[in-house]
Amino acid sequence: MAQVAMRSLNKKYDEVHAVKDVNLDIHDKEFVVLVGPSGCGKTTTLRMVAGLESITSGRVLINDKVVNELAPMDRDIAMVFQNYALYPHMSVYDNMAFGLKMRKFDRSEIQKRVREAAEILGIHDYLHRKPRQLSGGQRQRVALGRAIVRHPQVFLFDEPLSNLDAKLRVQMRVELKKLHERLGTTAIYVTHDQVEAMTLGDRVVVMRDGWVQQVGDPMELYNEPANRFVAGFIGSPAMNFANVRITGQNGGVWAEGDGIRLKVPGQLSNRVGSHVGKEVTLGIRPEDMRIARESDPAELNLPAVVEVVERLGSEILLDVAVGPVTMVASVEPTATAKMHDKLQLAVNPDRLHFFDSETEAAI
Amino acid sequence: MIEGARWRRWVFFHIPLALFIIFLLFPFYWMIVTSVRPDAELYQPWNAANYTPFWTLHPTLQHVRDLLTETLFSTWMFNTMLIATVSTVISLICGLFAGYALSRLKFPFAGSIGTGIFITYLVPQTLLFIPLADIIRNFHLGDSPWALILTYPTFLIPFCTWLMMGYFKSIPKELEECARIDGAPRWKAMAYIIFPIAIPGILSAGIFAFTLSWNEFIYALVFLSSPEQKTVPVGVTSELVRGDVFYWGELMAGALLGSIPVAFVYSFFVEHYVSGITGSVKG
Repeated sequence: MAQVAMRSLNKKYDEVHAVKDVNLDIHDKEFVVLVGPSGCGKTTTLRMVAGLESITSGRVLINDKVVNELAPMDRDIAMVFQNYALYPHMSVYDNMAFGLKMRKFDRSEIQKRVREAAEILGIHDYLHRKPRQLSGGQRQRVALGRAIVRHPQVFLFDEPLSNLDAKLRVQMRVELKKLHERLGTTAIYVTHDQVEAMTLGDRVVVMRDGWVQQVGDPMELYNEPANRFVAGFIGSPAMNFANVRITGQNGGVWAEGDGIRLKVPGQLSNRVGSHVGKEVTLGIRPEDMRIARESDPAELNLPAVVEVVERLGSEILLDVAVGPVTMVASVEPTATAKMHDKLQLAVNPDRLHFFDSETEAAI
Repeated sequence: MIEGARWRRWVFFHIPLALFIIFLLFPFYWMIVTSVRPDAELYQPWNAANYTPFWTLHPTLQHVRDLLTETLFSTWMFNTMLIATVSTVISLICGLFAGYALSRLKFPFAGSIGTGIFITYLVPQTLLFIPLADIIRNFHLGDSPWALILTYPTFLIPFCTWLMMGYFKSIPKELEECARIDGAPRWKAMAYIIFPIAIPGILSAGIFAFTLSWNEFIYALVFLSSPEQKTVPVGVTSELVRGDVFYWGELMAGALLGSIPVAFVYSFFVEHYVSGITGSVKG
């Protein structure tokens, strides 16, 4: 049972303000992912929770107890590092038992817990090997095993999968998710990979330049990004952006730009309507575009010239020029578009996003 | 490896390598041959009838016997061993902790202290022995092993500290952080995780320090005077060269026996030692 809370958490190095006023409540048994580009402060935040980094100002609370001054070992946490940080001179068994030995557990209890964890992770066959005799995926499991034998209150993960190859990463991602289901331990997970963030997190915290941009469950971030940064960061391929001007004509609200003229539909037009006459940023996800049919209304179409066709099998990505802007559209795999084709792309009117050009906040 | 025709490999690889090996090993060969050559052959003029400078037909252990019975060589060996071992241990312990502190702990002026230590290593011994001689005299340590045991660390500690600093920096700091989260206070993380991993580095620092103090000449020459206190390098050169009389056979036998412990230490730890110099630690 553990909640973690961060209150106005700040970290300043000599010149750099790495983490700015982070406020976050992580509930018991929750899996929270901190995601953002490198240098956004996510790892520093995690390290402050771990006690490996001093806190410049603010508080970290575990179970409503301020732990700012508590040594890492007294916080009852376990951490998995990007490079696994296995002790190279110890066997797998000793690596996993180290934390328990340090905490003076009984020999039999240590043995029981290590066997149990090894069983869960499928590493019981090489308990006597040294880390250097293991593959990347096996090392990763040992690192996880070392964390779970202690039955800590909170798991901290610092990009644990980024040293694995792509296939193994997907596999371990699933295993991590299962492991969390099974153990139910509160977890904070840091990654720069938005796919990992979306698939693993009960809630995802998007960070940039030390600020928290948005906190929400994965679909919330995807459907209702709070600002242009989150919109561009979450989703793959990334959201397309174009500068448009909002105009009011014939009783409707229109978004007009170079080569773009879209009618903003009902509900959305109420919000966007307040920006008539202003420059805003239009955002359309690739998956919200398709090749237009005859029946599609022209006011929801974008004229486009195909520049590159990327056939992925389950879908085709069209890199197209819409006016001066390059956009990506994800279309059905049966599409026959070729390079230099001129075509009309129909957008899903309910899934248009608009962002204030100055503040970048969603409208 | 050199690609291409066979002659290229000979010209650019085998022959240069052979020359290099001959150049490197010849002094040792000369040492061995001279130490087993009887005096009659040693002091023959070069134009004598059956002059064979590169080998001997009548090998003898006479010089070794003379060295061990008629000189204080075994005492010198003991002195050297004692002094080298004790000063190495002292320097290793200090260097280990200093290197750890300078590479891992954050404290004011850590960087400049590190540089300062390095600079003290750069001061040549040939200058330093003058003030040190004064100190040795004031503390009445002259002509005793302590004179060397306490002065050798002045250059060994900076040396060990720097070597260990470099090695500690190559150990990922996550290992230690992980240990601290796992429940080990800093000193335990140091003792159970960092030091065991640093063993190759510790060994190479130890080997270097041992060799440096084993071969040290100038302090030993200045601070020790009576024959029974001397170390091998000083004893051999001062007691076996009398005026312009060189006892070549004994000199070479002394040099040979004196280099055996160092050669032994090197060959014994060579693998650790190489990884200590090139050392990187993989998790």
